[in-house]
Amino acid sequence: MKRGLEGPAPEERPTPAGRRNKQGIRIDPEVEAIHEPRRTVISALVEHEPGVLAEVSGLFSRRQFNIESLTVGPTADEDRARITLVVEEPDPGIEQVKKQLRKLVPVISVRELAPDAMRRELALVKVDAENPAQVNAVADMYDANTVDSSPETATFEITGARQKIEAAIETFSQFGIREISRTGTTALARGTDDTAAPVSATESAAEAANQPDQTYTADDD
Amino acid sequence: MSERAASITPTEEQDDEQLEDAEITDSASPETDDVSDAETTGPVTNGAESVVRALENAGVEYAFGVQGGAIMPVYDALYDSDITHVTMAHEQGAAHAADAFGIVSGDPGVCLATSGPGATNLVTGIADADMDSDPMIALTGQVPTEFVGNDAFQETDTTGVTTPITKDNTFAADPDRVGSDVSEAFALAREGRPGPTLVDLPKDVTKSDTDREPDDPRVPDTYEVQERADEELVDAAAERIENSSRPVMLLGGGVIKGEASEACREFATEHEIPVITTMPGLGAFPEDHELSLEMAGMHGTGYANMAITHCDTLIGIGTRFDDRLTGGIETFAPDAELIHVDIDPAEISKNIHADYPLVGDAETVVEQLAAAVDASPQAKKWRAQCQQWKSDYSMAYDAPEDEPVQPEFVVEALDEATSDRAIVTTGVGQHQMWACQYWTFTEPRTWVSSHGLGTMGYGLPAAIGARLAADDDQEVVCVDGDGSFLMTLQGLSVAVRENLDITVAVLNNEYIGMVRQWQDAFFEGRHAASDYGWMPEFDKLAEAFGAQGFRIDDYDDVAETIEEAIAYDGPSVIDVHIDPQANVYPMVPSGGDNGQFALTEEQL
Ligand SMILES: Cc1ncc(C[n+]2csc(CCOP(=O)(O)OP(=O)(O)O)c2C)c(N)n1
Repeated sequence: MKRGLEGPAPEERPTPAGRRNKQGIRIDPEVEAIHEPRRTVISALVEHEPGVLAEVSGLFSRRQFNIESLTVGPTADEDRARITLVVEEPDPGIEQVKKQLRKLVPVISVRELAPDAMRRELALVKVDAENPAQVNAVADMYDANTVDSSPETATFEITGARQKIEAAIETFSQFGIREISRTGTTALARGTDDTAAPVSATESAAEAANQPDQTYTADDD
Repeated sequence: MSERAASITPTEEQDDEQLEDAEITDSASPETDDVSDAETTGPVTNGAESVVRALENAGVEYAFGVQGGAIMPVYDALYDSDITHVTMAHEQGAAHAADAFGIVSGDPGVCLATSGPGATNLVTGIADADMDSDPMIALTGQVPTEFVGNDAFQETDTTGVTTPITKDNTFAADPDRVGSDVSEAFALAREGRPGPTLVDLPKDVTKSDTDREPDDPRVPDTYEVQERADEELVDAAAERIENSSRPVMLLGGGVIKGEASEACREFATEHEIPVITTMPGLGAFPEDHELSLEMAGMHGTGYANMAITHCDTLIGIGTRFDDRLTGGIETFAPDAELIHVDIDPAEISKNIHADYPLVGDAETVVEQLAAAVDASPQAKKWRAQCQQWKSDYSMAYDAPEDEPVQPEFVVEALDEATSDRAIVTTGVGQHQMWACQYWTFTEPRTWVSSHGLGTMGYGLPAAIGARLAADDDQEVVCVDGDGSFLMTLQGLSVAVRENLDITVAVLNNEYIGMVRQWQDAFFEGRHAASDYGWMPEFDKLAEAFGAQGFRIDDYDDVAETIEEAIAYDGPSVIDVHIDPQANVYPMVPSGGDNGQFALTEEQL
């Protein structure tokens, strides 16, 4: 074949000792800490206009971000909607989720919620009700409301943190679960903390760029 | 082999003749017929006029496009405007021409297409502009609102299709707002990190009466850009630079888009810091300067790749650390602390962790850095090392007279025959890499190529857009591949009609050479569908279009023919028959270690 260029061959060249990990972080003792995936809640305030949800969900599917749930609904301001996302990713992944969301023009602000944020999910669980007394006892345990019943089935509404809902479903499963529908998590920050409120984009951009390492732990209420 | 090649039909350009638009007849409304010249500079009377007014307000001089049913009202309004519409032979060409116009001028280029096939033909060009952050606006016709979603004739969900490849797009729903939608698209395309924006224009909206003038070009309130980096971080980065012993500046395309070349040049020369560019950054720093190590990455120079691998401080400006630049992440600048300047916060630590994230406008931040750095780094030894690498891995090539013409020689001859400000456009493949390596770039906005998307067929339509944006004394040269040229050469008809002074040099190896090179290296030389032995004679083809045709077969012809072609006042095409076996080196295989670049095939 064709001749190449002159110069020392690869094995004759010096190579540096350093390395980076898959996230492009230089591997040295201080920063080596492996990033365990963590689950977190991200809230985004967006313009309430057609196509925003498609834009957001398209962004996530295209970038293969791991979304556990995504909910959307109106806010007190009729021109604004709130999107709540639960993601599980290594740390740099979560930073990218936030930054990419902020890039979308109709997105007004994005916040990662503190671990003590209020998180709620609604689930409808339809179970076999051959044994109504037992079924109702379990429902009471989880403050579940009966929303429908028939000779064969009972359907309950359960609200609460994800863990509570999972526990309830687990317990109900002894009766035979026919169908489940869950909404995914919605959330608000506690007290006077802002969830995701209109802020200057400059401020949020600076925050995004300059404080990449927050120390929230994976948490599930 | 020829059987196999013949069984795979080459992609023909889309059939443009399907303009049997049912609506053609009803589109010329009586009002528009009555409009006289005097009245059109007066108040806006319908949505389409408002669209055109928005373009005029933004200072648009040229628009590239193809007519069609759904966009017809906009063309009708353009008919009376001072904006020059350049009719292209294919919408892909319109998008590339607009893209190139944006790269050369810095102002968004404008392309227009009708709904459905017109809009989908734009898609490649929009995606290309998106990957390269080029300012561009696309205006697409759409079926009337009442038909939207019904799979009407020539309907495509254009905003749906283009959401992932635009900076922002809008479905214009309101005749009173449509002009403002276009103004906003224009403002967004160039603000902050530039990119393509699109406005989809349903026919009823552009035809509807309105007297609403468009608002001034303004980005929406939700879009804000940080201009200045955090001072504390700038100070920390400055200290890092002062204390570094092996510093390197890496200039990306953002330096050129952000008009930061001058500031970067001053900074580098004042502190004597070696400079590398990415491919989109070509021209940001003069490659004939001692501090220049030229381009790094897959086909970058050996010395740039050695320097980037061994530096201790990497000052990356306006670069997104694409995988063609970094090679494998693990081995990319593994000892370097990274100072990353970018206007887009999402680029920070996306691929390579930034130790000093400086979010802001490239020019502003480099000036901030310049003010904060008090002492130059002590890097004499390092600079000597870089010079040593420059001579160890020099980009020399052999060009014996008795062999077929080597492509490197042709690129150098073209460079020599033109001025420093000449603009180079390319297709994608080996020829593009030779153009990067052997053209000596010294000025920003003179390199126009498809980087991120790597679109074959980009070169000729880009040359058209570049020609219209360039100054008269700037030559425009398209260094093309035979395969790439074949994809969009119908654009020659446009160049001839407009008498555009461009020179296309087709480096003809009768292969889609880059693929052939990879097949030789990684697929045991099995040339599956890469043998293009059925190429037309491009010089004759050019003449059939009405352009001037030239042909080069050996070294004796090179200088003279190139001179003639450059001197020709109008479009010319040189069919340069080069060594079909010529390969591009150095090369870092995908995901490889930049410092381990191969100089020959045996080293891969
Ligand atoms: C539209 C498109 N299709 C396919 C490719 C894949 N591809 C990359 S380089 C290349 C070969 C280009 O051949 P040619 O234009 O003749 O240039 P050469 O490499 O021979 O200089 C191909 C097919 C591409 N980049 N773009």
